[in-house]
Amino acid sequence: MKKLQNSLYVTRQESYLHKERETIVIKQGKDKLAQFPAHAVANIFCFGQISVSPFLMGYCGEQGIGLVFFTEYGKFLARIQGRQSGNVLLRREQYRVSDKDALCLDIARSIVLAKIANSRRVLQREVRNKGAHPALDEAIARLANCLRRCERPDSLDVLRGLEGEAAAIYFGVFNQLLKQDGFEFKGRVRRPPTDPVNALLSFLYTLVTQEISSALQGVGLDPYVGYLHVDRPGRVGLALDILEEFRAWWCDRLALTLINRKEVKTSDFDIEASGAVRLKEDARRKVLVAYQEKKQEEISHPFLNEKVQVGLLPHCQALILARHLRGDLQHYPPFSVR
Amino acid sequence: MLVLITYDVSVITSEGQRRLRHIAKVCVDYGMRVQNSVFECEVDPAQFTFLKQKLLDIYHPDEDSLRFYFLGKKGRQKVEHYGAKPTPDIFRDSLII
Repeated sequence: MKKLQNSLYVTRQESYLHKERETIVIKQGKDKLAQFPAHAVANIFCFGQISVSPFLMGYCGEQGIGLVFFTEYGKFLARIQGRQSGNVLLRREQYRVSDKDALCLDIARSIVLAKIANSRRVLQREVRNKGAHPALDEAIARLANCLRRCERPDSLDVLRGLEGEAAAIYFGVFNQLLKQDGFEFKGRVRRPPTDPVNALLSFLYTLVTQEISSALQGVGLDPYVGYLHVDRPGRVGLALDILEEFRAWWCDRLALTLINRKEVKTSDFDIEASGAVRLKEDARRKVLVAYQEKKQEEISHPFLNEKVQVGLLPHCQALILARHLRGDLQHYPPFSVR
Repeated sequence: MLVLITYDVSVITSEGQRRLRHIAKVCVDYGMRVQNSVFECEVDPAQFTFLKQKLLDIYHPDEDSLRFYFLGKKGRQKVEHYGAKPTPDIFRDSLII
C-alpha cells in the first residue's frame, strides 16, 4: 500500500512558498518559517493571501503534488494540475461508462447505498451510545427502507431521488446529535453556509473533495466526469461521487466530535454582513489539526482487508474504481463501514 | 524506513567548509535536521540509494566520516526527544503554518 504522505496547510497571511533544491520553503518577508523535504508532502493547501513561486508550481505539477488555493474562509478557488498520469485507455473507459446509463447506474447505486448505510450507521452509533430515541429510531427505520428501495432503481433519476430523500431524513434528525448550546442545525445550507454547523460541514467537505480529486488524478482518472453527479463545467463530478461515501462517516462525525467536545464554540465563527458564517482563523487551525489527526487513524478497509490510514481511503477508493473500470472487478465496492 | 545520518567533516580548509555545507544541503532535501550534523530521513530504499550516493560523492574519505543508522519502518517509536527545538515528524504531524 502507498505511503500516506502529509498535507501542508498554509494559513499565515502574506507568506511566500518557494522551492529550494528538493524542499519546500515557507517564508514571511525575510523570515524562513519552515522548510520540508518535498517527498513527505502530497498536497499543499493555501488559504487566503499566499503566494507561490512559479518554480514550485511547476515542480508540484511534475511531482504530482496537489496545490490548491482557497479563500481565507475555505472556499475553493483553484488547483494546479500537472500532467495527467496513468493510462489514457483507463480514462477513455471512464468516459465510455459515463455515456452508458446502465453502467453509470451500477456504480452510482453502489455509491448511494454506501452513503445511506454510512449515514444510518452514524445515527445507530448515537442510539447505541445514548440509548433509544424515538425520532432517531424512526429515521433509522426509514433509512433502512430507502436502502431496500435502492437495491433495484429503475433509472439514475429515481436513484438521485432516493438519495435526496435519505439525505432529508438524515439531516432532519441531525440536530439531535448536537450536544452543545448555541449550535443548532435546521437543515443543510450552503453557498454560503448561514450557521456554524453548516459552515463547519462545508469546510470539511471541501477539504475531503480536494483530497479525492488528487487521489483520482493519481490513479489516472478524470475527477470531472462523474456517474451520480451530472457533468457541469468546473464541477469535479467523480470526486463528489466518491465524497458521498465519506460524508457521514468522515466529515459529519468529525464535525460532531468537534462540537460535542466543545473544541469549537460559537465564538469561533464570524457572521458576515451577507449572512454567511465563516470559521475564524484560529478555529480553522484547530479544525485542521483535528482533521489531520483523523487522517492518521488506522482502520481496516472493508473491501481490501488491509489496515490503512483514513487519509489513504480516497486513494484506496480511486484504485478500486480504476480496477472496476478496467474490468478486473465486476462491481464497484464502495466504502461502507461495518 | 527511518535512517539517521550523522557526519563529521573536517573544516580546517575552506574546501572542507564547502563539503560541510554541501552535505547538509543534500540531507535537508531528504529529511529534517534534528541536531547539528544529525539528520533524520524517512525515505524509501530507492530514495536512500540516491541520497547515499550523493553524500558519498561529496565527502572526503581521508578527512570526513559519514554514519547511517537504519532504524527501520517503526523507527519513530524508538526516538525520544528532550529539551529545546523538537523537530516535527513531517509525515505524521499536522503541518500548519
